[in-house]
Amino acid sequence: MAATRTRGSSFSRNVSTVTSQNSGLKHGPNGTTFLSSGIPDLDKILGGGYTLGSLVMIMEDAEAPHHMLLLRNFMSQGLIHKHPLLYASASRDPKGFLGTLPAPASAKEDKTRDLTNEKDLRIAWQYKKYFDPQLNISSNNGAQQDYCNDLDLRKPLDRHFYSGMNVGCVSIQDSPDLASLQDQCAKFLSQFSRNEANISSAGRIAIQSFCSPQCKFANMEWHMLSFIRSLKAMARSSNAVVLVSFPPSLLSPSCSKRLQHMADTLLSVRAIPDEDKEMAKLLTGYQDMVGLLNVHKVARLNTQVPVILETTTFSIKLHKRRYLVLECLNQAPVDGSSGSSYNTSGSCSGSTKAGSLDF
Amino acid sequence: MEHKELNLLNEALGFHNNNLYGRFVLVEDTVDTTAAFVLHQILKHSFSSHPSSSVIFLALSHPFSHYDRILRKIGCNLAAQRDNKRFFFIDMLMLQFPDEGKPNDVGFAAVFEKIESVIKALPQDNTKFVTIMIDDISFLQVAANGSSNDVLDFLHYCYTLTSEYGCAFIALDHKDIYLNEEKPAIISEMEYLADILVKAEPLATGLAKDVHGQLMVLHKQHGISPVKIHNFHFKIKENSIECFYPGTKI
Repeated sequence: MAATRTRGSSFSRNVSTVTSQNSGLKHGPNGTTFLSSGIPDLDKILGGGYTLGSLVMIMEDAEAPHHMLLLRNFMSQGLIHKHPLLYASASRDPKGFLGTLPAPASAKEDKTRDLTNEKDLRIAWQYKKYFDPQLNISSNNGAQQDYCNDLDLRKPLDRHFYSGMNVGCVSIQDSPDLASLQDQCAKFLSQFSRNEANISSAGRIAIQSFCSPQCKFANMEWHMLSFIRSLKAMARSSNAVVLVSFPPSLLSPSCSKRLQHMADTLLSVRAIPDEDKEMAKLLTGYQDMVGLLNVHKVARLNTQVPVILETTTFSIKLHKRRYLVLECLNQAPVDGSSGSSYNTSGSCSGSTKAGSLDF
Repeated sequence: MEHKELNLLNEALGFHNNNLYGRFVLVEDTVDTTAAFVLHQILKHSFSSHPSSSVIFLALSHPFSHYDRILRKIGCNLAAQRDNKRFFFIDMLMLQFPDEGKPNDVGFAAVFEKIESVIKALPQDNTKFVTIMIDDISFLQVAANGSSNDVLDFLHYCYTLTSEYGCAFIALDHKDIYLNEEKPAIISEMEYLADILVKAEPLATGLAKDVHGQLMVLHKQHGISPVKIHNFHFKIKENSIECFYPGTKI
């Protein structure tokens, strides 16, 4: 039996990069594996990406469709990495949604973006010709080119990515209950059941707007809870990530809380009201913000140590109106004359009150 | 190994005085602050409390591998204990009682019978040192399609084992689920029955890297003296829990 050794600092394994070529997977701590969310900033915030075997839940805001950004990037990134995908939504023709997925940015635009982000390395323009363009990208980004792509929201994903057999679309609008969806998920996840050997491939399940009112089962809260619960259990024993978005405002508070507890990673998106003068004074770059993203919980598989982030609220912005970026909120300089003081509520419980921001 | 860190949590739970045998410990937490670490700590301690102690673990949240890895880091080998017939892991992750068909109580009765059969199969003297843990109760109600009565019956039966066999009964539940309910039956009854109540909450001031939350441990000494309360802050590490009084974190 291992002897207890009290150490000053907790031991953590080094995180190594891509496990195998183009698999889109990365080793994580404590024997976990990450796959990319499709949003480079979100991968960084979550410490690598979404953990294989975890259930990611996104709490929607009824006033804005920002959860779609997270969903689209997740699905698109998976298709680029050839991860089999199962997509379920309440629309009549879920396959049509695949046409709206973003494509990876073309190489030239990509490099421009990296260069503008490069803080430390500044090369005078006349010397650029001596450098191989590849070297300008820092080694960190070099690996990330494979793992997480910059997805261009204005360019639709090429058909060949999703015309294959590894993409399944399910419409849940007409089903009286979730039994058939559960069976399909079970069948899908059985392809990736976990054993200690190397992970050959990973799967992704994306369920959009779960318990939206178009579904016949929208009133059967316990039925929905048991579906999510079994989905969570099935995901745990497979090499897949399940992403579910749901509108908490349409559920009873206790049902919504139960779902929040079930999530391994819990995110929420919020709309930013247009022309909000209060908020414009509070934050810099307010005009560019599309919405807010809150990270409530980060998956803690195989460990008891919680993940504490520097900040839990991020602004969602579109860089060049194409690329999704997440930024920490920056307080604007206080205008002495107005005398307003920021009463940022310290609570991190992620309340949905507009104006309670966690810096 | 016996003089392990006598931290505030161990002291509050009364590890060094009397063990938890014959008592019901209810652990409560919220979305922001999980109290699973309390279960891990109690789990580890229960093996060292007595050479022939055993643990029956009803798992509804996480698979065995999760607990195995965590406990290994805090110095306890669950796989070995399982092989030595001291750790019984009952995987109920997919437990679900059908809506129609057999009523829930039949399903729950089967689970209870399994627990009892495990206890009865132990050597005579060892039945006094059994710990039953449930992680966590909120999933029981989901499995029962919302029927709180069936869940309560099952939990009551488990509670009787504390007096019949002198078991320790530890259960985890999420307090914030019941906050908005009109009749939060399950949590109220469990809080009433509990001998020891452990509540984990986030700090009122929000997130912090050094302090992960605050813990309140409440001992109900029925009828004899007023309740004894311990309050402290904690920080969870891979291989231990640091507990300290508010403001004394070094």
